[in-house]
Amino acid sequence: MSPTIDRVYFFGTCLIDVFYPGAGMAAITLLEREGLEVLFPQAQTCCGQPPYNSGYDDEARTIARQVIETFDLPIPIIVPSGSCAGMLRKHYPALMAGDPLEEKANQLATRVYELHEFLHRVLNITLEDQGKPTRVVMHTSCSARREMEVMDDGLSLLRQLGNVEVCEPENAETCCGFGGTFAVKMSDVSAAMVADKCAAVNATGASTLLSSDCGCLMNIHGALEHRNSDAMPAEHLAEFLLRRTSGDAS
Amino acid sequence: MSGFSPNPDQNFGVRIQEALGNEELRESFHGAMTFLREKRRQQFPDPDALDALRTRGAAIRERALAQLPDLLEQLEGQCQHNGIRVHWAEDAAEANEIITGIARKTGGKRVVKGKSMATEEIGLNTAFENAGFSCLESDMGEYIVQQAHETPSHIIMPAIHRNKASIARQFAEQIPDTPYTEDVDELIGIGRRVLRRAFADADIGISGVNFAIAETGTLCLVENEGNGRMSTTVPDTHIAVMGIEKVIEKLSDLPDLYRLLTRSATGQPITTYLNLISGPRKPDEIDGPRQVHLVLLDNGRSRIYADRQLRETLRCIRCGACMNHCPVYERLGGHAYGTVYPGPIGQVVMPQLLGLDKAGKLTQACSLNGACGEACPVKIPLPDLIRRLRHDGVSRTDSPVRGQGKQRKWIEATIWATWLSIHTHPRLYRLSTLMATRLRRLMPPLPRAWTRHRSPLRPAARTLHETLQQRERARQKESAREQ
Repeated sequence: MSPTIDRVYFFGTCLIDVFYPGAGMAAITLLEREGLEVLFPQAQTCCGQPPYNSGYDDEARTIARQVIETFDLPIPIIVPSGSCAGMLRKHYPALMAGDPLEEKANQLATRVYELHEFLHRVLNITLEDQGKPTRVVMHTSCSARREMEVMDDGLSLLRQLGNVEVCEPENAETCCGFGGTFAVKMSDVSAAMVADKCAAVNATGASTLLSSDCGCLMNIHGALEHRNSDAMPAEHLAEFLLRRTSGDAS
Repeated sequence: MSGFSPNPDQNFGVRIQEALGNEELRESFHGAMTFLREKRRQQFPDPDALDALRTRGAAIRERALAQLPDLLEQLEGQCQHNGIRVHWAEDAAEANEIITGIARKTGGKRVVKGKSMATEEIGLNTAFENAGFSCLESDMGEYIVQQAHETPSHIIMPAIHRNKASIARQFAEQIPDTPYTEDVDELIGIGRRVLRRAFADADIGISGVNFAIAETGTLCLVENEGNGRMSTTVPDTHIAVMGIEKVIEKLSDLPDLYRLLTRSATGQPITTYLNLISGPRKPDEIDGPRQVHLVLLDNGRSRIYADRQLRETLRCIRCGACMNHCPVYERLGGHAYGTVYPGPIGQVVMPQLLGLDKAGKLTQACSLNGACGEACPVKIPLPDLIRRLRHDGVSRTDSPVRGQGKQRKWIEATIWATWLSIHTHPRLYRLSTLMATRLRRLMPPLPRAWTRHRSPLRPAARTLHETLQQRERARQKESAREQ
């Protein structure tokens, strides 16, 4: 990787692709605003985590090969999700051990960054808040917290915003109950978990729910809305950061 | 009365429903787990020091396992040298036969037992009952659970699912001349009086082993109530039962592991008792057991040992921190699992002990959030092992775990095959996602399992792929116009 970064790959993730494209566009805009060229290979699909977590390793490996070949330039790969980034960085090397692409998988792993980790640690961006005072509640995903260890990056960026009061829910470190296919396979256990998370989120009195993982966002916000059609809105952290710093803040 | 199912997968869903529907139970577990997590946190104020200690603990266990066959032989030799008789048991039945055999030879009938998960694993109480012995649990939690014909719901705190009112009722009903009281100290006093008499009368004492030191032939027993010391010193015969993985190399390995165990389990810097048992009463001593036996239990552990990755399971020091930190265990409690070892370590151990056909479904009760692995004092990568067992459950590749592939269902396999063909053909993927966005108002919402508790999800009007493709086309047009 060259010492000065001028180009990066963007791995959009399948969830953002279909359900939260606005979060993807916001992330790309934040990167472009820093003068980077953002490459988005149209051949990308998913990271393979759903079958991998279900035990279907062969299927996950086939997807991993495709990702490795699609993102082959020696430039950083930016992922707007701790969970998918964790799959690429932490799990590909294990999954591809013994495969002809093992070396490439290890090499790819070193180029993977979670979006806010990259913005904060590598680009070291500064943000100027242009919005009105508000209070937000930030949910850090388990993979961002434990697998990628990037919890502080998201929070640090958020805390740069002068008019934003940042809260964390009680028992912030507890899983929201998403867990991919877990939410469907063990739906009642998952529901019990997200019910507790909703209560903790509501108790903060915040007006917006933020997370840097769309899986958690869709789980917690879906459950909040199910209970109350007037529930607080939810946003991916990238969207919020962009909105607060781009002049059209509200 | 072991009470644990040999086929915990059966009715797992029913037990989950029962657990989730029991508000009182959920409250008990939520309160207890929150309390234990907080106590542990206070014992480890410095994250770097904690990580260093966990790394040392993992290395000690790893080093012991790397030379397991040799250490077991050394342990056997040292124990024999100390006067401890050593027995090897291939499985639960053999262990029970050995133990009841020893008991029979003593001519005694009354057995007291200290807390031991290994004896729960082999169902020793039932074996004793069938052989005509009375076997009384002497750990207060185990005593409560045994008296109620229940099973432990936590490996460290067996009666954690019970509140004081229900224990007060039980004692008043089952212990003669006992008034109803909800005073915890009084309740413990009542139990202790019963147990005191049992210790004095017992012919045989049974205990588990937390660590066995190969270098010195010492059996370590960690406990708070003193029942472990009573069970192993008052009766004439002491029989200790341990899984073969519990051996450690040297006495100097003990302090780090002890520190990790007590802090991780109950948030205590040190327990009230740490028993180091090094043999029966010597000729010039006035007390202690006249014979000490050690039963080394395999029960599937060698099979686990043979697999490099699964071997990490055997590092476990049975502290229970993984269950204390598991958001699923906290909401279900131990009984829902239907197994001797519940929670994350149970989800890893039980499929290996019983087979994936009998306990593979347990691995599904996990969101892979990683809290267990983070809490584990010997750094067992529990989420990776759960994922591995899910894999063995649905695949036909070689695995030492019995019942492999038995969790494979054609419907799920078909879903992943279809998923794969879409996601490995980018054009097909883009077409499907495009269709999803165009038909978003007509699409059925996600499965009912999702929408029963959450608002339905609709695809966005345009995918990120399409948005960026349009942006790219517009830019190209723009630059063509400029030229």
